[in-house]
Amino acid sequence: MNEKTDKLIDKKGIRLDGRKADELRPLKLQVGVLSNADGSAYIEHGKNKILAAAFGPREMHPKHLAQPDRMVLRCRYHMAPFSVPERKSPAPSRREVELSKVIKESLEPALFLELYPRTGVDVFVEVLQADGGTRCAAITAAALAIADSGVPMKDLVVACAAGKVDDTVVVDLFDAEDKLGAADVPLAYMPNLNAVTLLQMDGILAPDEFEKAVNMAMEGCKQIYALQKEALKTKYMVVKEVEE
Amino acid sequence: MSSLITKVRLKQIEALLEKGKRLDDRSLTDYREIQIEQGVIEKAEGSARVLLGKTQVLVGVKVETGEPFPDTPNDGVMTVNAELVPLASPHFEPGPPDENSIELARVVDRGIRESHAIDTEKLCIEPGKKVFVVFVDVYVLNHDGNLIDASAIAAIAALMNTKMPNFEIKDGELKIKQGYTQLPLKAHPITVTIGKIANKLLVDPWIEEESVMDSRITFASNAEGNICAIQKGGSSYFTPQQILDASKIALGKAAELRKKFNW
Repeated sequence: MNEKTDKLIDKKGIRLDGRKADELRPLKLQVGVLSNADGSAYIEHGKNKILAAAFGPREMHPKHLAQPDRMVLRCRYHMAPFSVPERKSPAPSRREVELSKVIKESLEPALFLELYPRTGVDVFVEVLQADGGTRCAAITAAALAIADSGVPMKDLVVACAAGKVDDTVVVDLFDAEDKLGAADVPLAYMPNLNAVTLLQMDGILAPDEFEKAVNMAMEGCKQIYALQKEALKTKYMVVKEVEE
Repeated sequence: MSSLITKVRLKQIEALLEKGKRLDDRSLTDYREIQIEQGVIEKAEGSARVLLGKTQVLVGVKVETGEPFPDTPNDGVMTVNAELVPLASPHFEPGPPDENSIELARVVDRGIRESHAIDTEKLCIEPGKKVFVVFVDVYVLNHDGNLIDASAIAAIAALMNTKMPNFEIKDGELKIKQGYTQLPLKAHPITVTIGKIANKLLVDPWIEEESVMDSRITFASNAEGNICAIQKGGSSYFTPQQILDASKIALGKAAELRKKFNW
């Protein structure tokens, strides 16, 4: 077993889960999956299974958090206790608090905050199963949930990671690559505006590898972006068929 | 701060940036004056106080013994905690850590951890049972902007100043001996934060700039000039070109600081 995990990429350049360096995991995106939320989305990104729901614009609670000149976006990223091999305590960890913050900051640039003063939009993300790259999948789903709620957006936000595994820069790391690989670079992007709204990195990368990873992550984002738009259209195509 | 004052201040800062200037007369790539003082708390195993302009951060390091994590039985443990102490700013309140202090702690932690700054294997006392646990506590004493860089520099300075107790194992019992040894460090990462205001990139934003800043991006890098941690923050975005530009500025500044500190 240990022999196997020594190498994360074989001689032919194939990764542990059978993908090539620039290949994404299979994706499934769906919007309007929850009836009580104003907008909702479900994503399966490889083995990641994540639900996102958006509520608002609505009155802020507690009220003193409302801003007189803009809307307040709040995000909660949370992992279910059963989403990982060892049960995770349901209390929010420091990691989840940080991710909630960076996810919020990755979505804010897509919204017209000044159009909805004194209101709040809440985005809740529940990771039902985690397999590496959950913050990216969470952003992709959260942006869809906001779009589904009908709040105007400058662009969809889509996220994908790249990183270094063995000596190769690869896209969309799954759990084992994330843990055993050399570096992980999650990135969120608004393709139409050419704007990067989330960028983090851990591990060690030379400057040229970093540049390559950023470009690879953006390429991955563009592929997922097409699926996001498709998912939004699909919801309304279903409605049409019923009418006819 | 009221949004009106912020808007007036933003206009002023933008006008200066157009001319390549800043409110405090620095150029866009200048740091404020940095002072590092090590060993300021005698009861801590390591400590350092950093002044970055008027920003003041104290880091204390405590070394204790504890259990290793099950997946790394041969490695010592390091944790970083950050306190935004209420005396440091009218906007800091007592209470459990909020998202800002958690982010600060985690960004400092990432720089140290990902650059493998601490030689954790040398902190092992008994594999799987007993290791040294290094607690890095970041105490923000005065907030005048760019807490990330001040805290990261102070954390490394404090670790460089950290002594571990000598020990021996007799009949399976841990005995603390007299004397101390230096905490084994393998790298000295340097963290550089760059702010973005009106599409201009500026190094080491201070509090007036932070109050109107669109976004920031932080790069930690090692002596080889490799990047070991990144964090983007703030409610706006960077274009891909701005990210590459910022990474070059940050690596250049880190090399400059490294020379200055002699790290």
